Amino acid sequence: MIVSAHLPVIQVIIPLIAAPVCSLLPKSRIAWIFTSLISVATFLVSIAITLQVNTIGLLSYNMGNWPAPWGISYYIDHLSALLLVLISAIACITLISSRALLEQEIPAHKRSLFYTAFLLCMTGLLGIVATGDAFNVFVFLEISSLSAYALIAMGRDRKALMAAYQYLIMGTIGATFILIGIGLLYMQTGTLNMLDLHQRISTIASFRSVHAAFAFFTVGIFLKLALFPLHQWLPNAYTYAPSAVSIFLAATATKVALYLLYRVFYTLFGFEFSFEVLHLSSILMPLSIIAVIVSSLVAIFQTDVKRMLAYSSLGQIAYMTLGISLQTQAGLIASIIHLFNHAFIKGALFMCLACLASSIKTTQCQGLAGVGRSHPWVCAAFVLGGLALIGIPPTSGFISKWYLVSAIFESSSWWLAIIVMFTSLLAVVYVWRVVEQMYFREPTSELVSLHATPRLLLAATWLMIFLTVYFGIDNRYPVSMASAAVESLL
Amino acid sequence: MISALINDLYAYWISVLLMMAGLYIVIDHSNLFKKLVGLNIFQTSVFIMFIAMGKVDGGTAPIIEKGYTVFSNPLPHVLILTAIVVSIATTSVGLALVVKINKHYQSVDEQEIEKIELQE
Repeated sequence: MIVSAHLPVIQVIIPLIAAPVCSLLPKSRIAWIFTSLISVATFLVSIAITLQVNTIGLLSYNMGNWPAPWGISYYIDHLSALLLVLISAIACITLISSRALLEQEIPAHKRSLFYTAFLLCMTGLLGIVATGDAFNVFVFLEISSLSAYALIAMGRDRKALMAAYQYLIMGTIGATFILIGIGLLYMQTGTLNMLDLHQRISTIASFRSVHAAFAFFTVGIFLKLALFPLHQWLPNAYTYAPSAVSIFLAATATKVALYLLYRVFYTLFGFEFSFEVLHLSSILMPLSIIAVIVSSLVAIFQTDVKRMLAYSSLGQIAYMTLGISLQTQAGLIASIIHLFNHAFIKGALFMCLACLASSIKTTQCQGLAGVGRSHPWVCAAFVLGGLALIGIPPTSGFISKWYLVSAIFESSSWWLAIIVMFTSLLAVVYVWRVVEQMYFREPTSELVSLHATPRLLLAATWLMIFLTVYFGIDNRYPVSMASAAVESLL
Repeated sequence: MISALINDLYAYWISVLLMMAGLYIVIDHSNLFKKLVGLNIFQTSVFIMFIAMGKVDGGTAPIIEKGYTVFSNPLPHVLILTAIVVSIATTSVGLALVVKINKHYQSVDEQEIEKIELQE
């Protein structure tokens, strides 16, 4: 057996098999070492897949050797490879650095179960990206969502329970809508393979049930994506989840939903059908614009910094959908590049908050008064992450904004550029509020009783910040992957 | 013509009715437990839709046997087995959450819980 031929399935199956094993491990320390090793292995596999994709192009894998339209096939192109690397890299960094956080936030007897749920969530996200079968997408979507509900509910505040419950209701409705869409398409075409579906849909594009399927997919994916006005579940879920979960979900979960959007609207339905027959842009663009403006404004008025970042995430997701709604190649490239960059930026910022939460036990804006003096490294990382969020060179946020704005100018809708600039200024406001508290306020007396910041976590935070700056200077990897991905999508 | 529309498609009509009823319960009820019941009805309606589409008039179970030439499509039925498992998992996670919420808030009513949170 040649291992390299089976990499697409190995990618997904490693964390899937590791999850039940992990639940049997008695001590949290052993579970942590085990999960970290698994995540490193997953990351290495994703790198190997990227190398293969770069040489061969499209990787296809037939599960159990059943040929394509009958069996379940996994397809990995440049876009999937980029997402696989992203998910497994962030899972790896989060898991290795999470031990100190878990010791403070999760009771000892639940820690190995926490790692189990984390591995399952990772399996689901990787599976959505790897698979080329429409029903398989639904199954992996539910695997990742169900484990995410459990992870969020482990937050220490009892509000975490309500947040998880609301996410469960919204998430299940979204996934079921996607299932209805899959059902309607299957009814018309008799196939579940995405490439096969694409070919058959083009001959029956005028059918009412195909249009209905498109509508169900749209609503379902927008729910998972937390696009305005279907975003209600996200701020609470990110705010009350355990720190490690916030980092991981904020950096990956909505990105995978966005990946699903690319896959369904470009690969499955095809650009022509989605944008020219059914005018997806005419709903995607107004919603994105409203989302960017409203969520940036709401972020300014948040008292909890974690919640502020959650609202900022909603705005950043809307930049990505805005890129798509331009209907140009440049817009799509900008969207994918921002997806990649934002994962590291938001991951780094949530890690800064995790450092602060474990050290001074608060993420309230007022509680951060004067922490710039006691935690210089964490606050410096937050400032750099904040600069990237705003889009200031030499961070990767600048690269994203640059591609987005040039794509906007290329499609000669200059008023959109004004909106992007204006919302970037709003980002300055909400980042500045925190920075001001950190550096220009007198520390309150409560800050005296400090725990040390977990070293591994601080190192991980700086690794993420380093990546943010690195991809701001040398952006060849995301740009080349995004361009190649767009070639195959359009 | 109308009777044909109802007779031929009655499985789909039932599916849509249940779908709307389930979704309405999820939106309307403030009792967390009843919301989950609504969610279940909503999911079940989709299962009925899948099962109905696999049925072929006069078709039997897909087992090759002399004298039978028309078979129902087994694939949607198998897909729904998976979806039922997913639905059971969702319900059990949801119920576990409701139990925990009840333990921490002494209530399973969304509006009451909102009041408790506002008082804090």
